[in-house]
Amino acid sequence: MATRTLKSRLWYPWATKQRRRRTRVAYLFMAPSLIVLGVFMFYPLVRAGWLSLTNYSFFGASRFIGLSNYGHLVHDPQFWRDLVNTLYYAGVVTPVSVALALGLALLLNRKGLPGRGLFRAAIFLPAVVSFAVSAIVFRFMFTPSIGFLTYWLGQIGIHVPDWLDSVSLAMPAVILVGIWKNVGFYMVIFIAGLQTIPKELYEAASIDGATRWRRFSNVTVPLLSNTTMFVTVIALIASLQAFDQIYVMTQGGPAFSTETLVMLIYRQGFTNFQMGYASAIAYVLMAIVLMLSLLQLKFFSKRVVRY
Amino acid sequence: MATTLSDLDPPASTARRSGFPTRRRSGEASRFGTAWAVTMASVAALVIVLPLVWMVATSFKPEGAIITAHPSFVSAQFTWSNYSGAWSAIDMPRLLLNSTIFAGGVTLCSLTFDSLTAYALARLDFPGKNVIFVLILITLMLPFQVNLIPLFVELTNFHWINTYQGLILPRATNAFGIFFLRQFFLSIPAELEDAARVDGAGDLRIYRSVMLRLATPAVLTLALFHFMYNWNDLLWPLIISSNSSMYTLASGLALFTGQHVIQYGLVMAGSTLAIAPMVIAFLLIQRRFVESIATSGIR
Repeated sequence: MATRTLKSRLWYPWATKQRRRRTRVAYLFMAPSLIVLGVFMFYPLVRAGWLSLTNYSFFGASRFIGLSNYGHLVHDPQFWRDLVNTLYYAGVVTPVSVALALGLALLLNRKGLPGRGLFRAAIFLPAVVSFAVSAIVFRFMFTPSIGFLTYWLGQIGIHVPDWLDSVSLAMPAVILVGIWKNVGFYMVIFIAGLQTIPKELYEAASIDGATRWRRFSNVTVPLLSNTTMFVTVIALIASLQAFDQIYVMTQGGPAFSTETLVMLIYRQGFTNFQMGYASAIAYVLMAIVLMLSLLQLKFFSKRVVRY
Repeated sequence: MATTLSDLDPPASTARRSGFPTRRRSGEASRFGTAWAVTMASVAALVIVLPLVWMVATSFKPEGAIITAHPSFVSAQFTWSNYSGAWSAIDMPRLLLNSTIFAGGVTLCSLTFDSLTAYALARLDFPGKNVIFVLILITLMLPFQVNLIPLFVELTNFHWINTYQGLILPRATNAFGIFFLRQFFLSIPAELEDAARVDGAGDLRIYRSVMLRLATPAVLTLALFHFMYNWNDLLWPLIISSNSSMYTLASGLALFTGQHVIQYGLVMAGSTLAIAPMVIAFLLIQRRFVESIATSGIR
């Protein structure tokens, strides 16, 4: 491409005028998007970085305080508690959803399974339902006076306290919603991945006398590793940003046991109006997510497995 | 832009990738294996659907049958009163209208702006192209929460809090949409474009009658993705609207549940109404839903 531009510049001087026109047309096409991205994406992004260096509080004057917010953050037990909560949430939701999704995909990719489409549709259904509504339903389900869950568990002799009121059980309840909401979505990505594996490989393995388990571990697992990597990273990124169901189910409680980093940003920024400090937390979250995204990009630019 | 029925079918290659092929072959799996698989699949499907079924069942129970020492899954008493109650107490018409304007507005703006930009990036040669493309790829990786605070401050200065433009315009373009359509436009053969140019078509004509027409399936998939994402979104409308007349379904129901002495039946009826459009659309056009979610993967 570079040589072509150079050539045209050397040999066809009259082409410059046309090129200028082309450039103008191109930028006119992109103008609406570029304006929106500039005003509502890049400017706020820089502004967030600037705010994180000030003690801005929405009301009243703000002052440049250097890296104080970040210094404060390192010693803030709230930040570490919420980081641990976020990692707890992500550390359970990600592997469990990925494993369940893979299992369901293998199950529902079987040839000749009656009602396969129906099963897939049912398992995928939560993906089209909002987190807010899902959380409302689960919150009511866990409410002892109306929900059938605690009642049924009580009937078979397992007496649990109000999940959402318990410091140890509120997080598992929130985690359950996170898994329930996304497992079908990840399953569909796995099914798409499974369908790209050539059938000949399984046939060849069978001829060689490979057992079902050997076929799974030596054909399916390596050939599915790209898909697994992709699903794991998007599941991890999504769970690091958990907010909706926590906001609806527990508001971060009881005793902050379910407060995640995004909940902390929300509370510090929009309840306490410590917007400078909240911006610093947001920048830390961005750094974590960006690192994971770059990792994913690296994995996908040079494929993990080549055949 | 003429849309024929065949345009609505995705190209064969994407149809293969979608989650629900209807093709079925008599299996090599043993009868016992199949029975076991059906049992497992039934249990999984039931467990997953159970909460939603309970929601719908509860929305038809009178309040007395909901709050009880022995909660039952379905009640013998049946009532529509929760729906009429939700209609007035939660102001469902307003929430439905706001969600439709918000999700619909974002979808229309974003599809227009994204496709224009995607056309320039895929089909035109100009200085700065790579820089712009890389910038768009970077925004794809950012968690949107990082912009939440400065955006709130910015929209406050614009006096755009509690307005539709405040809800819609910051989302009027979408990096993923640009990226997705650019990939599609790149795959369209140059001969079609050249033929149109020979006929004297300008870039705007080529964009409209060649690119957009051929990309209709991709555009529809993207439209569904944008609409569903914003219809379901909570955090953004929660922050941009503080006035109950501007609440969307997600934020309105979440706040109603959080603030009031809960009338469970009403909330369940409201929740059922909130998810009904998406669930019905999903059941009607499963394939496009699965595609729009699976091809994106990024939310």
